[in-house]
Amino acid sequence: MGATGIGAAIPRKEDHRFVTGKGRYVDDINRPGQAYAFFLRSPHAHAKIKSIDTKAAESAPGVVAVYTGDDIAADKVGGLICGWLIHSKDGSPMNAGPHPALAQGKVRYVGDHVAVVIADTLAQARDAAEKIEVDYEVLPAVVDLANAQSGTQIHDVAPNNVVYDWHLGDKAAVDKAFASAKHVTKLELVNNRLVPNPMEPRAAVGEYEEGTDSLVLYTTSQNPHVARLVLSAFIGLAPEHKFRVIAPDVGGGFGSKIFIYAEERVCVWAARKIRRPVKWNCDRTEAFLCDAHGRDHVTHAELATDADGKITALRVSTKANLGAYLSTFASSVPTYLYVPLLSGQYNIPAIYGEVMALYTNTAPVDAYRGAGRPEATFVIERIVEMAARELGMDPAEFRRKNFVTQFPHQTPVIMCYDTGDYDASLKKAQEIHDTAGFPSRKAQSESQGKLRGLGYSAYIEACGIAPSAAVGSLGAGVGLWESAEVRVNPIGTVEILTGSHSHGQGHETTFAQLVSDRLGIPIDNVSIVHGDTDKVQMGMGTYGSRSGAVGMSAIFKALEKVEAKAKKVAAHVLEAAEGDIEFKDGKFTVKGTDKNADWGTIALQAYIAHKFNGQELEPGLKESAFWDPTNFTFPAGVHICELEVDPATGLTTIEKWTAVDDFGNLINPMIVEGQVHGGIAQGVGQALLEGAIYNDEGQLITASFMDYCMPRAGDVPSYSVGMTTTPCPSNPLGIKGCGEAGAIASPPAVINALTNAVGHENLQMPATPERVWKAAQGARLRMAAE
Amino acid sequence: MPTVSMNVNGRQRSADIDPRTLLVQFLRENLRLTGTHVGCDTSQCGACVVQIDGEAVKACTVLALSCDGSNVLTIEGLANGNELHPMQEAFREHHGLQCGFCTPGMIMTAVDLVRRKGNNLDEKTIREELEGNLCRCTGYHNIVKAIAAGARNMASMPQSKAAE
Repeated sequence: MGATGIGAAIPRKEDHRFVTGKGRYVDDINRPGQAYAFFLRSPHAHAKIKSIDTKAAESAPGVVAVYTGDDIAADKVGGLICGWLIHSKDGSPMNAGPHPALAQGKVRYVGDHVAVVIADTLAQARDAAEKIEVDYEVLPAVVDLANAQSGTQIHDVAPNNVVYDWHLGDKAAVDKAFASAKHVTKLELVNNRLVPNPMEPRAAVGEYEEGTDSLVLYTTSQNPHVARLVLSAFIGLAPEHKFRVIAPDVGGGFGSKIFIYAEERVCVWAARKIRRPVKWNCDRTEAFLCDAHGRDHVTHAELATDADGKITALRVSTKANLGAYLSTFASSVPTYLYVPLLSGQYNIPAIYGEVMALYTNTAPVDAYRGAGRPEATFVIERIVEMAARELGMDPAEFRRKNFVTQFPHQTPVIMCYDTGDYDASLKKAQEIHDTAGFPSRKAQSESQGKLRGLGYSAYIEACGIAPSAAVGSLGAGVGLWESAEVRVNPIGTVEILTGSHSHGQGHETTFAQLVSDRLGIPIDNVSIVHGDTDKVQMGMGTYGSRSGAVGMSAIFKALEKVEAKAKKVAAHVLEAAEGDIEFKDGKFTVKGTDKNADWGTIALQAYIAHKFNGQELEPGLKESAFWDPTNFTFPAGVHICELEVDPATGLTTIEKWTAVDDFGNLINPMIVEGQVHGGIAQGVGQALLEGAIYNDEGQLITASFMDYCMPRAGDVPSYSVGMTTTPCPSNPLGIKGCGEAGAIASPPAVINALTNAVGHENLQMPATPERVWKAAQGARLRMAAE
Repeated sequence: MPTVSMNVNGRQRSADIDPRTLLVQFLRENLRLTGTHVGCDTSQCGACVVQIDGEAVKACTVLALSCDGSNVLTIEGLANGNELHPMQEAFREHHGLQCGFCTPGMIMTAVDLVRRKGNNLDEKTIREELEGNLCRCTGYHNIVKAIAAGARNMASMPQSKAAE
C-alpha cells in the first residue's frame, strides 16, 4: 500500500484551493467584454404561445439582443435530445416529443424557457425581460400521475401522455408462482419527487473565437465531452474540432449536471450571434424550476412467498413521471436502471416489472443519485420487510433466509451478480449496531414517552456504468467505457488525463494514489487533468459510480503500457535484455545484478533518446487506454437505522445509523466513507424531509430552500460505517464503486424503522411530522392503555 | 452611482456601484474575490458567510452600501500567507469538504462559532449552530469533526488572529 498508495486514507490534494476560496467554478470565470443572459420563463404549466413581442425589451438600456425560439429555429440548430431509446411492450419506439431550447409554439412547465435577454449587466437583462410581452392561451395542466393519461395532451406525438409502456421479466412464470403462493404481500409505494440541489447552481459562459470560427463553453457539467458531443453532433452548433468545452471546478452534481440543458446551449449559440462572451448563472429558484428532478414513481408491488418463507415471485407495476420533456437520459432511469435491480440481494425465481412512463406539465425528470436503483431498493426492501412482519418472521432472518449465496448469480431480470457475501455484511452491521441491545434501548425510550424503531435495508446496486455493448443493445445511444492518458514528463513527473470528472469525489487524490502506488513515485509528482476537451481525449464523464471501476481501470491499463515501454527503455539504458528488467518501487533493476536506474532517469532517457535508435523504439513515454467494462459492478450491503419518535409531535430523531458496505477494493477509505455519509444524508432527506410539490395548476410550490426542506446538520446523526470486501472480478483493481450506495440504501431503512416504531403498516415519504403524528396516534393510545 | 468604501482583508477598497448591489456581488464582481459563493436566493444556504466587523454575516443579505466604512474578512483573508488557519487545516485533515462550494461559508461560520461559544464544542452544539449552512455532499459527519478539531486547535492561536 505505502503511505500514499492504494488503500491509504490520506487527505486530499485538491483541498487547498477549496479551503482558501481559490476554487475556480464557472461563475468565478469572467471573460473580457462579456454580456449577461437572463431567461424569461413561462409562468404557466401548460399554454400555447400566441405571440411574443420583444420590441420594448430590445430597446431597453444595455440590451444587446433578445432571442426567442423562432430565432434558434431560423438558424437551423437542433433541440435537446434524449439519448436512450426505449421500446414499449408492443415494440413501438418511445414517444419523444421535440424539446426546443427556447419554446416553439407551446410551453409545457412552469419555468420552461420562452426567451433570452442578453445585456451588458445582469440587472439590465432582468429589467428588460419584464418588458417582453407574451400572449399565452392557457391550457389545463396535467400534474398528477394518477390522471395523466386522461389529461390534456402535452405532446402531439404522445397520445394519453404516454412516453412508453415497457416491461421486463417473465409474466407467465410470475403469474404461475402467484397462483400457487402460500402468502402474498401487497404494497402501494410512492417514491417522492426530489430536487437534486447541489450547492453550486448551474452556470455557463459561452464564447466565440472569431479568428478561428470556434466556440468555447464553460459549463457546470459532469461530462464535458458528452456535452460537446451532444451540442455538436445532435444539436449542430459546431463541429467537435472547433468546439472546446471546459467543466472546471464543479460544486456537486448528483446527476443533475450530466444533462445538456437549454441554457448552456443558448449561451454558446448567442455568443456567436453577438460576437461577445455570454454568461449565465442559475439562481436557486430557477434551479428548483428547471434542473432535472429525480424519482417520482407510484408503484404497486406484490411479493409471493411459500410455506417455508422463501420468496417465489415479485411483480411490480410502476407509473413514472418523466415531466414535460425527455431529459438526456430520462428514459433509461425507470426501465433498465430500475427493474433489473428488483431482485435485491435475494434469490427470486421469477420477476416481472412493467413501467408506464408519462408526460406531465412538470420539470423534466432524470437521473439523481442512484438513478432507478433507489426506486428499486425502496420497493424490494419495503415489501420484504412487510412480508417478514406479515409472516411473523424476524426481518433480518427473513432476509438472510432468502439471500443469494452462490455466485455468479443470474437474476431473472438481466443482471448477473458476480460476487458477494450478503450474510457477512448483515452480520457485521448487526454487531456494529448492537441490534441485540435494541429492546432495552426501546424500553428506555418508552419510559420517556417516546417510540423507538429499528429498520434494515439490505441493498444491492448495479453501477460501474457500463458495458457498452450491453447498454447499446438496451437502447443507449452512447458507449459507456472510459479513457485515460498517462503522460510521463521528461524529468519523471506524471500527468494523468482522464475522461472522468471530479465534482467532489476527490479524483485528484485517489487517481494520484493509484499512480503513486503503481509507479513508486511520490504522490506530489502526479497531477490529474480533467474537465477540458482541448486537453483530454474523448471521455464519458462521471455518474453511475463509475470513476473508480471504469475511470481508474483505464488509467491502470495505460499505466501497464507505460511500464512495458519504460522497461524497454531501461533495457537499452542498462544494456540488458528486456526480459531481465524488473520494476519495483520506482526503480528499474537488472535481474541478478546490482545495475539499476530510477524512474526519473528512465523518463529522461525516453525523451532524450540517446541510448536507443528511434527505429526500434520510439522516443517518449506516454500511453493511452480506453476501458470498456465487461459487466456492471454490484456494491451491496446493509444499513440499519434506529430512530425515536415523539408521538406528541410526530418529530423523528435518528439516534443511530450503521452502514456496512461491500465496495470491493478501496483506494481511499476516508473518501469512500465520505461518499457514504453524503448519500445517507440525501436518503434521510428523501425519507423524512424533501419533496417537490406541484399544485393543481402546475405551480411548483416548493421552489426555494424555505419551502423545500434540505437536510441540515441537526437532522442527521454521526454514522458508523464499516466495510466487508469481495473484490470485483471484472476490473483490474477489484473496485465496485461507492458514490451512490448511501442514497440507494437509506430511504427504506428509515421507513422500515419508522413503521416499526409507530406500528403503522405503510408510511409514505417524506414521512413528515404530520404524517408520523397521525400514524403514531394509534400507537400512543396503545401505550397509554398499558 | 454612489461610491462605497470598505476595508476588505486588510486593504482599503472602493468602487462606484449600483445601489442595489449586495455585498456578495461587490466582493465577487467588483473585487473579484470569488471565494464567497452564492448558493441560494433566500439566505438559507450559508455559502456566502463573511465577517463584517468581527461577526459572521451572510453577504447575500446585506447591501454593499450598508458596509461602507466596515472591516470585512472573507475566506481569502483567513490564512496567514501560506499558513492555513487552524479551521481551514482541520477541514482538510478531516475531509470536511467534497465539492468545496459550501466550504468557505462553513469555515467562516465555524470560526465565528468558536468566537461565540469557545474552543470546546460538542457535537450537539455544532449541529445546531450549523442550521444556517447547507451542504449536499458530506452528510455533515466530517464537517462536525472538522469544526470540533479546528475549534480545539484555535485555542493555541494568538487571540488577535482567531477573530480578526
